[in-house]
Amino acid sequence: MFDRRVFLKASGLALVGGALVPNVFVKMANASTTKGRKVLVAIFQRGAVDGLNVVVPYGEQAYYAARPSIAIPRDRVIDLDGFFGFHPSLQPLAPYFKEKSLAVVHAAGSPDATRSHFDAQDFMECGTPGVKSTDDGFLARAVMAEKSAAAPLRAVSLTPALPRILSGAANAVNMTDISRFGVRGAESPAFAAMYGGAFEAVKILKSADPAKLQPDNGAAYANNPLAGSLKQIAQLIKANVGLEVAFTDVSGWDTHAGEGGAEGQLANNLRNFSEAIAAFIRDLGSRMSDVVLVTMSEFGRTVHENGNRGTDHGHANVMLIAGGGVKGGKVYGTWPGLSENRLYENRDLAVTTDFRDIFAELIAKQLGVTSMKSVFPNYVPNLRGVMA
Amino acid sequence: MKRLVILPLALLLFASSDKLTDRQRAQHALDRLAFGAKPGDVDRVMRMGVDQWVDQQLHPERIADRAIDARLAQYATLTMSSHQIFEQFEKPMIERRQAKKNNEEQIEIPREQRPQRLVLELSAQRLIRATDSERQLNEVMADFWMNHFNVFAPKGIDRVLITEYERDVIRPHMWGKFEDLLMATAKSPAMLFYLDNARSRGGAINENYAREIMELHTLGVDGGYTQKDVTELARVFTGWSIARPNEGEGFKFRPFVHDRGAKSVLGVRFAAGGGIEEGERMIHVLATHPSTAHHIAYKLCQRLIADEPPASAVDRVAKTFLATNGDLRRTVKAVIDSPEFWDAKYYRAKVKSPFEYAVSAIRAVGGQLEDPVPLARQLQQMGEGLYLSQPPTGYADTAQAWNNSGGLMARLNFAVALVENKMPGVHTNVARLVPPDGDALDTLALQLTGSELSKETRKAIDPHASVETMAGLILGSPEFQRQ
Repeated sequence: MFDRRVFLKASGLALVGGALVPNVFVKMANASTTKGRKVLVAIFQRGAVDGLNVVVPYGEQAYYAARPSIAIPRDRVIDLDGFFGFHPSLQPLAPYFKEKSLAVVHAAGSPDATRSHFDAQDFMECGTPGVKSTDDGFLARAVMAEKSAAAPLRAVSLTPALPRILSGAANAVNMTDISRFGVRGAESPAFAAMYGGAFEAVKILKSADPAKLQPDNGAAYANNPLAGSLKQIAQLIKANVGLEVAFTDVSGWDTHAGEGGAEGQLANNLRNFSEAIAAFIRDLGSRMSDVVLVTMSEFGRTVHENGNRGTDHGHANVMLIAGGGVKGGKVYGTWPGLSENRLYENRDLAVTTDFRDIFAELIAKQLGVTSMKSVFPNYVPNLRGVMA
Repeated sequence: MKRLVILPLALLLFASSDKLTDRQRAQHALDRLAFGAKPGDVDRVMRMGVDQWVDQQLHPERIADRAIDARLAQYATLTMSSHQIFEQFEKPMIERRQAKKNNEEQIEIPREQRPQRLVLELSAQRLIRATDSERQLNEVMADFWMNHFNVFAPKGIDRVLITEYERDVIRPHMWGKFEDLLMATAKSPAMLFYLDNARSRGGAINENYAREIMELHTLGVDGGYTQKDVTELARVFTGWSIARPNEGEGFKFRPFVHDRGAKSVLGVRFAAGGGIEEGERMIHVLATHPSTAHHIAYKLCQRLIADEPPASAVDRVAKTFLATNGDLRRTVKAVIDSPEFWDAKYYRAKVKSPFEYAVSAIRAVGGQLEDPVPLARQLQQMGEGLYLSQPPTGYADTAQAWNNSGGLMARLNFAVALVENKMPGVHTNVARLVPPDGDALDTLALQLTGSELSKETRKAIDPHASVETMAGLILGSPEFQRQ
């Protein structure tokens, strides 16, 4: 069986050996006594976020040529490596990139060509692009592939319905308010007898009462759905209820019109988005050494802006990865370029990193699952080394 | 093994015989073609004859519904035009924002004059109709078509437009030709704004609507179109716009922004110099396409028969759709006339959506819906807020989407509150469902679910508990989650 403490120690030793870039979370972990289960947190940006305006290839002239009204001006991007830069709304996350605890993967995505939101989300969540018959999600299969005992709260989705990505035999639970999950009143035992399963989770939540935990380290969560979800995921982590995989989603990225550039619609959404993630990281503090947070979206958007200062459905996108063990401070992936002859189907950013390559690594490190055969059937992931 | 939260295997026992009894037929009709049975409904439908009842439901215009009309009269916005709504609800907000910008004194806008009232009144209307209208199948189809042609009310001006959209675009065309329904949505300001076509111009297209009309409204995602078709169709629809875009009022074709070049969509060629007739032609092509027939048939069968509808039924219904030029009354009738619809295999085979669950629970206990607004809020918490599905896909119609622990807890809490007369806006008195000398549990089980309870459910219920407790447990039971 995979021993998490041995793993943590091993990565710490590697750090001492100087083989790896310093990671702020690992450093904090060494100074802390809090060591629990490792956790993987995934955020799905539903509606296809415009990755080219999230992590901007500001070093490429073709980017500016394609987006006369919505490009992020060079003097507004937050430089990452001399070629890519964050959208100014990602300011709250910039320190983590600098401290090398946050990594970017660009031109990542699903190899399937679909530009249907629904199909693309479905393919991505099932982890089998192009295959419609898959009826469970890859994170559920990852949990099932684990050897650890099945804790009732090991897979939790902060969403009103259970998303495809966690559907299946893992018995993941979903909720929007961790303090209200359960049945109040005398009927509870009878319902528990009818349904079992989820009521085990209710019992644990009731005794641990994670909702009473206040944000630590001065973290302040804004009043929006994503911030609320991340706050509650942090509470579940801190309350040691056995959480290993957490999921939530955030919509509002389908910017066909009036997308805006450094200011505007996308800028506002990105500000909420990055502030929520920054609050989560801050809140967890040293506990972040056990946690990896990753963002995903069904596809990217057209390189060229459309007739309404927006963008239509495209192909490759950007992923952010933050947390313990992440070899951050780097933009991963082969950059395919934006000149006309490099575009996918003559219009979109090409996919050079399959999203499964990234998840395979995160699942291996966070859940201790070594074989991806059941997680990503018929696919051999090409690991990119985003994790130490 | 895949374990479903609210579907213990014991329930499959219902499917043991292959022919439904007369009582089961009536229950099934009320489950699928209505929002469940009210006390006495099953007997009433059996007396009338199930076929007779179905025939009546297929002609809602022949069913008097005056009590509903009277109840809806209290919601003033339901009969207003988009123009009136804009003037009364949106304009004051704009003026207020302007005043704020100019640092002038801002007028306080009373709550009942704020735009939030619009969707609340519209939701109230849907809930009152679903709960109490005699035209039950009409309401099932309203739910189906509003979802098929989904518009997200909170997107900009759409909150002003959605009242007219449901009233004048969707509802009048639900029993006519699909092509007319499709055309009405294509020219509706609500859809033109929601999927951004209103602003698509020649040389500066927006693909959003062109993609979704093929993927979602007509052909289906595997219906045989390419990215090229999306782009070309977007060119066809350039100029399809809104007369006064900021107020969202009226369809208008703007020839000056229409792409006048030659085009080719799905093999249909248009010479240079065309206008609005190109889009109208494509609406016809799409509405009568075999892929559309299949897609609509599949979705109707999925709604009314099973999550994975039998191919035999889908094919038959698709044929009817094509043979009748997309006559929706005859197409829906073809679903109901299918032997598969009445196959015992599909009795209780569907998990209710939150909307279906909440409304059917109120109907089952004979509850009185006095103020639907709290119920509308409850549906948001259950994940199916009315007019609040953001993606154009609308809400899913399969158990996979609704069968989850969070949704289950919300349902159980709703059930308990409802029977204890603690659900705000709904009055119930479940004690009167049980005659003084009757066996409370047996009576309630039959009354609420139309059948026996499974052994597991029965075991979980204390037979000496109060009528309220028993009723709450039955409404929360796996049996009542299904239809």
